[in-house]
Amino acid sequence: MRDVAVLGVGQTKFGKHPDKTLPELFAEAFFEAFDSSNIELREIEAIYFGNFVGEITDGAANLGGFIADEIGLAGIPAYRFEGACASSSVAFREAYLAVKHGIYDCVLVGGAEKLYSAGTPIGTRALATALDSAYEVNSGLTFPGVFALIARLYAKAYDIPLEKLREKIAHVSIKNHKYGAKNPKAQFYDKLGNLKVEDVLNSKMICSPLTLLDCCPMTDGASAVIIAHADFAEERVDEPIYVRGTGQASAGSLFRQKWDIVKALPRKKSAEMAYREAGITPKDVDVAFVHDCFTIAEVIASEALGFFEYGKGADAVEEGLTWIDGDIPINPDGGLIGKGHPVGATGTAQIYSAVKLLRGELDFVKVDAEIALTDTLGGDFGTLVNVILSVHRR
Amino acid sequence: MFKEFFSELLEGNLIGAKCKECEKILCPPKSACDCGSRILEKIKLSGKGKIVSYTVTYVAPIGYDKEVPYVVAMVELDEGPWIVGRLEVDAERAEKEDLIGKRVEVYGKEFPTEQFYPDKQRRVVPMFRIIE
Repeated sequence: MRDVAVLGVGQTKFGKHPDKTLPELFAEAFFEAFDSSNIELREIEAIYFGNFVGEITDGAANLGGFIADEIGLAGIPAYRFEGACASSSVAFREAYLAVKHGIYDCVLVGGAEKLYSAGTPIGTRALATALDSAYEVNSGLTFPGVFALIARLYAKAYDIPLEKLREKIAHVSIKNHKYGAKNPKAQFYDKLGNLKVEDVLNSKMICSPLTLLDCCPMTDGASAVIIAHADFAEERVDEPIYVRGTGQASAGSLFRQKWDIVKALPRKKSAEMAYREAGITPKDVDVAFVHDCFTIAEVIASEALGFFEYGKGADAVEEGLTWIDGDIPINPDGGLIGKGHPVGATGTAQIYSAVKLLRGELDFVKVDAEIALTDTLGGDFGTLVNVILSVHRR
Repeated sequence: MFKEFFSELLEGNLIGAKCKECEKILCPPKSACDCGSRILEKIKLSGKGKIVSYTVTYVAPIGYDKEVPYVVAMVELDEGPWIVGRLEVDAERAEKEDLIGKRVEVYGKEFPTEQFYPDKQRRVVPMFRIIE
């Protein structure tokens, strides 16, 4: 088995891109990654591409080949991965395992999605395909609905009055919009950077108790990462960022998970797998890019990842522990809430930010970090992926 | 399997499965128990339980937009399983009152299907009626 490292990373501006196809959008992210990788195009041996609902938003499936052809690589193996919001994280983990086990030396990973251009009614339906299609969607359950159910469960589980909990989790939105407003590639760049608790509580109700500002937006965007075995990477770039561990876990329908829902058990399994491989504990993580599709989602993630005790995550964000000057900075790039959530591109966009931050290249926010963790959630805990990145090979 | 579950629900029967090996009760039934066993006995559940969580939905997906606002709930059945359905209360009451813990009974209601729903003839929704 070999060590694996990231060479270059790329990300489009997140927002609305109705003028580009999915392969065209991906090419933009790929060119940025390629141009900073110091490799020849033909050294890329395979493509691992994440996309969630291309069939619904763009009438596009079988995307592997079209992606390869778009960037001048037609002919090499090109796979499309689907794991809902974790699609490109699943792709990343499979790419990592292939390089680690010597199948390939150098591969391209990434994702693209166009949910903003699809419009809210179709986008909401497309996202709901990640729920149990027979037994959850029939009631009209949506993703904001799922996390609204979870917010009420969380309030009961830890005996927090619902209105109190709403105020506490509003700080996730305030924090992530504050950082997202500074991120030039974020959907809300230069917007919503000074929210107050009342702004979050009083914005449009989507699925009570969650308002619009508790939710991440619908986003078009793409991201790309080039990885290789560590010896190869060290010859090509000055600062390879090493993949120290990965984890993945699964679960079925939300209702079958019962009280495990608030503990996000698949995430705990996935994170423990990644920590074990990396030989670290949650305390060793300097910065985390966590799946904040909704405010409450970041809170339960911060607990399941081992940063806080169960039931204490909402207090932690309110007390500032997850802000950039806190114990464990979470989502200093704005997260999904501030930066945007182009579903199939989100996982490798987290890796984009993590790599940039570890290299000290994330100009708009300063966090001293040597170890970063990414956390991507697909569906209602159906697919969970964690990746641990470090500036050190061992 | 899922069509039978909803046909029975329209008849007033909530169908589940009991694992002959570990005794776990599954609702709706699955192809195998969580323990892996395929020896499952079809059973009829009481159809009663209590609300564990709910949300009033104001922004619906395409195909459901004519039904807003509607209340989606998760209910813990007396036999143990949780199921998702729609709560038969108006949005205003659901927003004002804490309905968690209320006793409910379930029945099936037919809605028009939509293009992505697996049953192309109809969409049956488990409806929860508050009984206390």
